Amino acid sequence: MSALTKLTLKAAIDGLKSKAFSAVEITKAHIDAIEAARGLNAFVLETPDQALTMAKASDERLARGEGGDLEGAPLGIKDLFCTQGVRSTAASKILGNFIPTYESTVTSKLWGQGAVMLGKLNLDEFAMGSSNETSAFGPVINPWRRAGETTALTPGGSSGGSAAATAADLCLAATATDTGGSIRQPAAFTGTVGIKPTYGRCSRWGIVAFASSLDQAGPIAKTVEDAAIMLRAMSGHDAKDSTSLPVDVPDFASFVGRSVKGLRIGVPKEYRVDGMPPEIEKLWADGIAWLKDAGCDIVEVSLPHTKYALPAYYIVAPAEASSNLARYDGMRYGLRAGGPSLTDVYEQSRAQGFGEEVKRRILIGTYVLSAGYYDAYYLKAQKVRRRIADDFDQAWQTCDALLTPTAPSAAFGLGERSDDPIAMYLNDIFTVTTNLAGLPGLSLPAGLDAQGLPLGLQLIGRALDEGTLFSLAGALEKAAGFTAKADKWW
Amino acid sequence: MVVEMTQTSKLIEGRTGSWEIVLGLEIHAQVASHAKLFSGAAVGFGAGPNEQVSLVDAAMPGMLPVINRHCVEQAVRAGLGLNAKINLWSRFDRKNYFYPDLPQGYQISQFKDPIVGEGEVEVERDDGTTFIVGVERLHLEQDAGKSIHDLDPNWTYVDLNRAGTALMEIVSKPDMRSSDEAASYVKKIRTILRYLGACDGDMEKGNLRADVNVSVRRPGAELGTRCEIKNVNSYRYIQQAIEYEARRQIEIIEDGGAIHQETRLFDPGKLETRSMRSKEEAHDYRYFPDPDLLPLELDPAWVKAIQDSLPELPDPKRKRFQSQYGLSHYDAGVLVADQARAAFFEIAAEGRDAKLVANWTVNNLLGRLAENGGDIETSPIPPQDIAGLVKLIEDGVISSKIAKEVFDHMWAGEGTPAQVVEKFGLVQITDTGAIEAAIDKIMAANPDKVEAAKDKPQAIGWFVGQVMRDTGGKANPAAVNEILKTKLGL
Repeated sequence: MSALTKLTLKAAIDGLKSKAFSAVEITKAHIDAIEAARGLNAFVLETPDQALTMAKASDERLARGEGGDLEGAPLGIKDLFCTQGVRSTAASKILGNFIPTYESTVTSKLWGQGAVMLGKLNLDEFAMGSSNETSAFGPVINPWRRAGETTALTPGGSSGGSAAATAADLCLAATATDTGGSIRQPAAFTGTVGIKPTYGRCSRWGIVAFASSLDQAGPIAKTVEDAAIMLRAMSGHDAKDSTSLPVDVPDFASFVGRSVKGLRIGVPKEYRVDGMPPEIEKLWADGIAWLKDAGCDIVEVSLPHTKYALPAYYIVAPAEASSNLARYDGMRYGLRAGGPSLTDVYEQSRAQGFGEEVKRRILIGTYVLSAGYYDAYYLKAQKVRRRIADDFDQAWQTCDALLTPTAPSAAFGLGERSDDPIAMYLNDIFTVTTNLAGLPGLSLPAGLDAQGLPLGLQLIGRALDEGTLFSLAGALEKAAGFTAKADKWW
Repeated sequence: MVVEMTQTSKLIEGRTGSWEIVLGLEIHAQVASHAKLFSGAAVGFGAGPNEQVSLVDAAMPGMLPVINRHCVEQAVRAGLGLNAKINLWSRFDRKNYFYPDLPQGYQISQFKDPIVGEGEVEVERDDGTTFIVGVERLHLEQDAGKSIHDLDPNWTYVDLNRAGTALMEIVSKPDMRSSDEAASYVKKIRTILRYLGACDGDMEKGNLRADVNVSVRRPGAELGTRCEIKNVNSYRYIQQAIEYEARRQIEIIEDGGAIHQETRLFDPGKLETRSMRSKEEAHDYRYFPDPDLLPLELDPAWVKAIQDSLPELPDPKRKRFQSQYGLSHYDAGVLVADQARAAFFEIAAEGRDAKLVANWTVNNLLGRLAENGGDIETSPIPPQDIAGLVKLIEDGVISSKIAKEVFDHMWAGEGTPAQVVEKFGLVQITDTGAIEAAIDKIMAANPDKVEAAKDKPQAIGWFVGQVMRDTGGKANPAAVNEILKTKLGL
């Protein structure tokens, strides 16, 4: 049965349609794989009974010749998505045993297409982190290890569970979210494909909010085509989210395999940062060469405000978070701690409920919005944000997409950077700009470093032009021929 | 430009001379709407605790606000009714603070860019003179829930039915100089909002309440430091709170002290205000634009359509009543103060002597209703019957004196004017024969008075009185006078 977990999403959907195997069979195979992989700590909640019930229903639909685009496909769901009747925690103690009475729009759409839920995936607490170490459930372990070592590595964050589970064949694909790189960096660290679509492509309704103006849902998958299939199912206008875009959803998978001849690819010089490992430099050069070979024109572009992106991001995101997380007050749901006075309940519930990183960001956010500091920090950061968006608009005059590395390093060891928040924040250096500008960004695996760890390349596109990214990613995937998988040690 | 001199009548005397009160008001008016501002939950009086609470109102994780178009329309109507500038671009901000009846941990309000800008309102004083109050702005915001502290000695109960209900906050300029003016201003705002249907103005239910900013100064001096009295919900309380607060401030200053800016509460039981929190204790609300909502952009054509659909407002209606019906400024003012009164009057005045109808409506009907604590909606007499009564007077069927008697029977529910006149035999005697007979009888019995009247024509009044007495008031007074003059040779 293990062969079924190794299938791509596309192959699985085709196999289910042709009745080569049943939804129950492929679901059981994944349930077994999840059970065997508990050492990875990828799932915070397994829902095998629900999965089998959904799989049976899928089989019935398939037997009738019906079924949606994802009929019978077992998926993992990042535990930032609220799922009706299924505990949803954001990997935070403060939500405790919170069981929503509602289903997020994105997961509703997936179930509407016949997908099967295997369980809820681990993440950094409230999606705040780049290593999955801030999770109240403990970190996810990357299935990848350095050659000849047993050091536990981070799968990245915040969607570490989504990336690790997909890389380890515990699910065919997973939902994820990206506020500053939380889909793309974990994808790069685990040899998977992840896309953060244009802001507004996917509804945020029912996703626990971190930073509303930056949060976007997207998939992590095994191949570019799988990511395209997933994104199509997750996207679409939602009247319940005022920032959701009222636009049609293209058939993203149809862009994979299209010729990229004549497309102009920008290489932003500001992304050549000091101290970047030579292997990443080389990978980037390889990527440029592959696209050139595929008929693209390579142009150097400048995004002059890039160096301000990270500071601006670490003002805007905590500012919004400090307000978004005010609702976790011990009054209506989740953890309630403390004594008889109101202030005591607030202080104790939040002190005990939130982890250190979340507290740090609430403090930063509260500070930058305070009277007397608002103009110097928040307002300034918003101006920087505008400039960064303008940089991209300028770049689109001369190119159709940008190619950059996804992250400045390969997966690092758990605990290696957890004492230094700034070093941790630097993980997002190549990814935050697209969140600030609301643009789509895709990461795909393109090679291994000297220690045998996967490295990712990032494609950035115009707003709503995910199609071009899928075409380019398809070309890169083909040229890179990346087929490596983590050796199973778990 | 005419500068209005300080009216000495409005000054209050302290121990050390005269003082002028300066008042500005923030009126919170609940928007007349069946649904809340951002959640779609029902709004209504009388539902059980927490029965009108949606997932958004309860601030469940991942819930998002969506603006209620109807509430926006109501705010625009109100703005137009206040002769104010409608801002085609406005924005919602978050006002952050913790309280159990504020589930999100922030109130969505409009801080920097309100939907309505400057306007002005003409307000009538009780003596019929008018003054102008500038409107600084009108903005939309959410109401909080209710904290109930007196159900249990140790616990506070929270009812979220009101949480998220739409409020309009109307901020005046500091243009009022006495408690009477402040009350008149609130009455005027209430009247306008009720005309527009934008707020039901029910102050007892708290649907219209005011924060009153009070300061005092020497006539003509710079503005003094103000104190804000929160949440005052009746005209009387507004007046009492201002009177007390002004006196309190004057005493402090005259004793050599200084006023410190603070927020105060009015205690209607003790008729005093007391400190709630000082400026130093004031919250830092950390306002910032709500990233869950897009800026509110209005189509000028939509605003124009609203403008065109506005009903006739109190000021133009009053002018029309004066010109069309020839009413006095006072009567017109009383009638237009309430849309239902004005409508009642216009039905009754159709084809009748309008001044007479106004007289009967204002002096008799509204007077009687006020004595019984009612208003026109509770009138036992329909407008058609006031018209009927006036017609009987016009036709000479009854005298004005008899009309009062007829009115009493109408009030008691004893029938239409015609039925009452019939039933109680109140028809006026216009038969000159009958009147002559009565006069002859009186003259015969009082030869001395007849003699005296020849020298003193004013004595005719005595004869009129006698005739009326003998005819039970039913004799037509004009006919009596006429015949008496002839018979007495005057």
